[in-house]
Amino acid sequence: MSDNKVGAVLVIGGGIGGMQSALDLADSGFKVYLLEEKPSIGGVMAQLDKTFPTNDCSMCIMAPKLVDAARNKNINLLTYSEVIDVKGYVGNFKVKVRKKPRYIDEQKCIGCGNCASACRLKGRIPDEFNLGLSKRAVPYIPFPQAVPLIYTIDPDHCLYIQKGKCGDKLLCKEACTADAINYEMMEKEIELDVGAIILAAGYDKFEAGIKSEYGYGRYKNVLTSIEFERILSASGPFEGHVVRPFDEKEPKKIAWIQCVGSRDKGCGNNYCSSVCCTYAIKEAVIAKEHLSSIEPTIFYMDMRTYGKGFDAYYERAKDEYGVRFVRCRVSEVQEDPGTNNLRIRYETEDGELKEEEFDMVVLSVGFEPTEGVKELAEKLRIKLNDYGFCETSELSPVDTTQPGIYACGAFSGPKDIPETVMQASGAAAKASGLISSERNTLVEKKEYPPEIDVSGQEPRIGVFICHCGINIGGYVNVPSVVEYAKSLPNVAYAEENLYTCSQDTQKKIVETIKEQQLNRVIVASCTPRTHEPLFQETIREAGLNPHLFEMANIRDQCSWVHMKEPEKATEKAKDLMKMAVAKARLIEPLPTISLDVIQKGLVIGGGLAGMISALAIAEQGYEVYLIEKEKTLGGNLRNIYYTLENESTQSYLESIIKKVENNPYIKIYKNAQIEKIEGYVGNYKTTLKNSSVKLELQHGIIVVATGAQESIPKEYLYGKDERVITQLELEKRIANNSFSFNHETIVMIQCVGSRDDEHPYCSRVCCSDAIKNALKLKEKNPRVEIFILYRDMRTYGFREVFYEKAREKGIIFIRYDIEDKPIVQKNNGGLEVLVKDLILQEKLLINPDFVVLSPAIVPRKENFELSKQLKLPLNEDDFFLEAHVKLRPVDFATDGIFLAGMAHSPKSIDESISQAYAAASRACTIISKKEYIAEAIIAAVNEDLCSGCGVCVSVCPYDAIELVTETKDGNEIRISKITEAFCKGCGSCAAVCPSGAIQHNGFTTGQILAMIDALGG
Amino acid sequence: MKEDFEPRIIGFLCNWCSYAGADLAGTSRIQYPPNLRFIRVMCSGRVDTVFILEALKKGADGVLVAGCHPGDCHYQSGNYKTHRRIMLLKKLLGQLGIDPNRVRFEYVSASEGNKFAHVVTEFVDEIKKIGPNPLKEKKK
Repeated sequence: MSDNKVGAVLVIGGGIGGMQSALDLADSGFKVYLLEEKPSIGGVMAQLDKTFPTNDCSMCIMAPKLVDAARNKNINLLTYSEVIDVKGYVGNFKVKVRKKPRYIDEQKCIGCGNCASACRLKGRIPDEFNLGLSKRAVPYIPFPQAVPLIYTIDPDHCLYIQKGKCGDKLLCKEACTADAINYEMMEKEIELDVGAIILAAGYDKFEAGIKSEYGYGRYKNVLTSIEFERILSASGPFEGHVVRPFDEKEPKKIAWIQCVGSRDKGCGNNYCSSVCCTYAIKEAVIAKEHLSSIEPTIFYMDMRTYGKGFDAYYERAKDEYGVRFVRCRVSEVQEDPGTNNLRIRYETEDGELKEEEFDMVVLSVGFEPTEGVKELAEKLRIKLNDYGFCETSELSPVDTTQPGIYACGAFSGPKDIPETVMQASGAAAKASGLISSERNTLVEKKEYPPEIDVSGQEPRIGVFICHCGINIGGYVNVPSVVEYAKSLPNVAYAEENLYTCSQDTQKKIVETIKEQQLNRVIVASCTPRTHEPLFQETIREAGLNPHLFEMANIRDQCSWVHMKEPEKATEKAKDLMKMAVAKARLIEPLPTISLDVIQKGLVIGGGLAGMISALAIAEQGYEVYLIEKEKTLGGNLRNIYYTLENESTQSYLESIIKKVENNPYIKIYKNAQIEKIEGYVGNYKTTLKNSSVKLELQHGIIVVATGAQESIPKEYLYGKDERVITQLELEKRIANNSFSFNHETIVMIQCVGSRDDEHPYCSRVCCSDAIKNALKLKEKNPRVEIFILYRDMRTYGFREVFYEKAREKGIIFIRYDIEDKPIVQKNNGGLEVLVKDLILQEKLLINPDFVVLSPAIVPRKENFELSKQLKLPLNEDDFFLEAHVKLRPVDFATDGIFLAGMAHSPKSIDESISQAYAAASRACTIISKKEYIAEAIIAAVNEDLCSGCGVCVSVCPYDAIELVTETKDGNEIRISKITEAFCKGCGSCAAVCPSGAIQHNGFTTGQILAMIDALGG
Repeated sequence: MKEDFEPRIIGFLCNWCSYAGADLAGTSRIQYPPNLRFIRVMCSGRVDTVFILEALKKGADGVLVAGCHPGDCHYQSGNYKTHRRIMLLKKLLGQLGIDPNRVRFEYVSASEGNKFAHVVTEFVDEIKKIGPNPLKEKKK
């Protein structure tokens, strides 16, 4: 197999998708090159203020991923770079990359920003991260949390680069104490050998000026949604104050216009951009939260809040936040030249022409293919689809047309963050499946000297205090802090460094630890959030346990925030030093907790998602148990005969079943019931009941793929008249030719049991399914009249094109209101449907031959039991609840358990497949290793002190603690036991333990009290 | 007298949101009074009421506890638990004759550098108004 395959992957695009692919691959034993054309990774998500539907702070949830990607030894970041050329073949590509010159030495730059402060053009260059709403200097980082935190000199604006002269001297070069600025820097070409390529290059926003009727570019108060996102952001140009950028006045009435550059043949984009409805709601809600006087209005055509939890979000926006929704297409925006306010002209659904004035208009701009997509496609010889995005297909959603090259995220079509993250992991599974024979061939594993046993030793603390150029030293009197540190108890050594983080200082620290026989180390410099791992690594090289380390943050939270009070800043730095020493005296080495991993998987559910997950794990070379409660594999796909894009899903299903059944790594148990599951990540034991036999399986991970089901309609005469059927029933009859195509009239009713009080969510697939069946009927009999009664047509993404086609074919769409549902009744033996047409404002009477209902997709009731067995949470609709709706869509909060398919929420075939691959990818980050390294900063119980009260059990968010009964000295006692593999180290239990029996390693009560006491009053 | 009183405030900042927010105040160079001495904890849920009482006992004039916004907690729910505990503690403090406003709980996210600076500034002002911790005076 290993015919010159390379165990490395190139990921193109450093947004959230690219980062996810890279992290999964690197954690599964592959070398990754993460290429990004901009100076920092982060992509569009970094620009967003909040994310729907949870209003999470975008940067807060993404920053840890940025740091992880930067720190991971097996991810090589190639920022400010582009692909020149690709040669080679599947498994062995040669990629030529051009690295553009930053004119700042990446090895030397410490990201202090002195060059930017000194720049002659400071505050004069439009800042692209804020879309020009603020100004920056020539040297810049795109955003404060940029990774890598290295400045770049913008060559297009640099006077020295453009004109060869910048005043009488180069102020930036003079200001840089790290000597990092290098105007001689040239571009570099690098050649990479990789086995596979993942395209995660994202998308561009529609150029709003093209829709000239909305006045973007002409009228000052017409903004794009992404500009508004920056206005909302606390780190944006107005620090989160909602103002009109041009006069900085607070707007009262804000209008959002939807579908700008989407669902619009006129501008060439006839697809739906999928995310704009929900992001407009988010922006309206957040704006209202920032400034309660705002009156937000959203002008839309169909409200496409089809994702998990989106409809509830929509309802809340209406009911709790008073966001006004107007269904119409806006024809024109005009500016009042006096006030710069904007008049919106629109036609209401019933044909009335209206005009309304707003202070600000936000255009919800859609997705377009990236500017460089054509060029990239040519270099990689991949096909683009009709819309210019990377071509993928429904049954292979992350494959491009070129073997060995995969795509994820918005590069292959409009998508939200969780869909992107799922596809990113899915693409990683595909790529690693291809080169699984080369796992661990190129990754680095660092060897450290044996750890010195410091137990029983009196603490000898070494203190290294950083000047950080002038960043600390310019405000804090560092030499006096060094002298002070020397006076503190147990401090054996203290010194100052110009840059403690520099390569040469690291060497010096290692030498000093040895020379001075230090057994605790403190670095006083910047923030442990970014630099602690670096220093911990350094002391490991000197043979110390990495936890014998403490940091005092005297820059980010001291010198930088007290720049005008150097004496007080110095005083604070000394206090922070004293506190760090007080803690360091009490710190102890913490063991690395490594758990053996059973390198096998268990997949629960033999539907499409389960089978794909099992296959993907097997492709990586690991054994999988696949459990199905029925006697056949296939799940819901057995009832789907064709889709909008594919004529025969049944032959696809057969081929997948065959693959699963013939795969030597997959062991299938049909008719199987789970009796018991015990254990934790890496080490699960499952007892199965298979007919009459009991079986015990051992495995390291679990994929939950139990699916969902069609509900049974309770209304519209279903079950009472055989001419009222469901879409699945219709599809089956069409497929096996038992449906007569001679009928004249058919009525389809949408949202039967969805988006109502019982099931408040959208079932996501029914709009497309109805169109699919309607088109099929039209194809068989063009004369048949079909009415689709709907609430919002939610044909998101490229599905929109089929909606358009359906209208062209003469299928009639009639919108109904939930308050005034259609009525289905019998009259003289015939069926009668009464519906109020909201455009004509009158009741229509239709006499159909058949009524076809789109019932809600509902969770399986087995979810309850499984949720109890595995301690997995369900959401309010009883679907399984993932660890994080945005960034961990296939993980559970419990390590080692993953989620795929409709058990997560209703979804289409391609989405199930993507998610199934994603679950396999996430699973392989665990079972590709022989051991699992658990968190070292965890809680531990002192059994002698534990009174067995159980308070800790109730506060633990991870169910990591249980009360057990033990016999001690002949007495039965209850004590708390912590399962180390479950503990994440938050310390909540230690905070509530009334007996002081729980110790939070790394943050013990003794250590924290010592810090408090050291400070005194 | 009270004008030149410089309060001593101890802050407990959760690693994932508030400590990051405080760092952002730094990278954005937002200035705030130098009265805060901060202690990093993994989660605001780690903050034992004993820490707050010990700080007050040792003479700290104010104690700030900052955690993630509701729903943002890295550990699911630590922030709620601590918020509830602190509300309870404040009631007790009043009964003990200690101004409950000496203890403050705030939600600060990783992107709220401004808010962090604002919270510290406001808290320092408030503590200045309340005056020095009486326990400290007694000690002297």
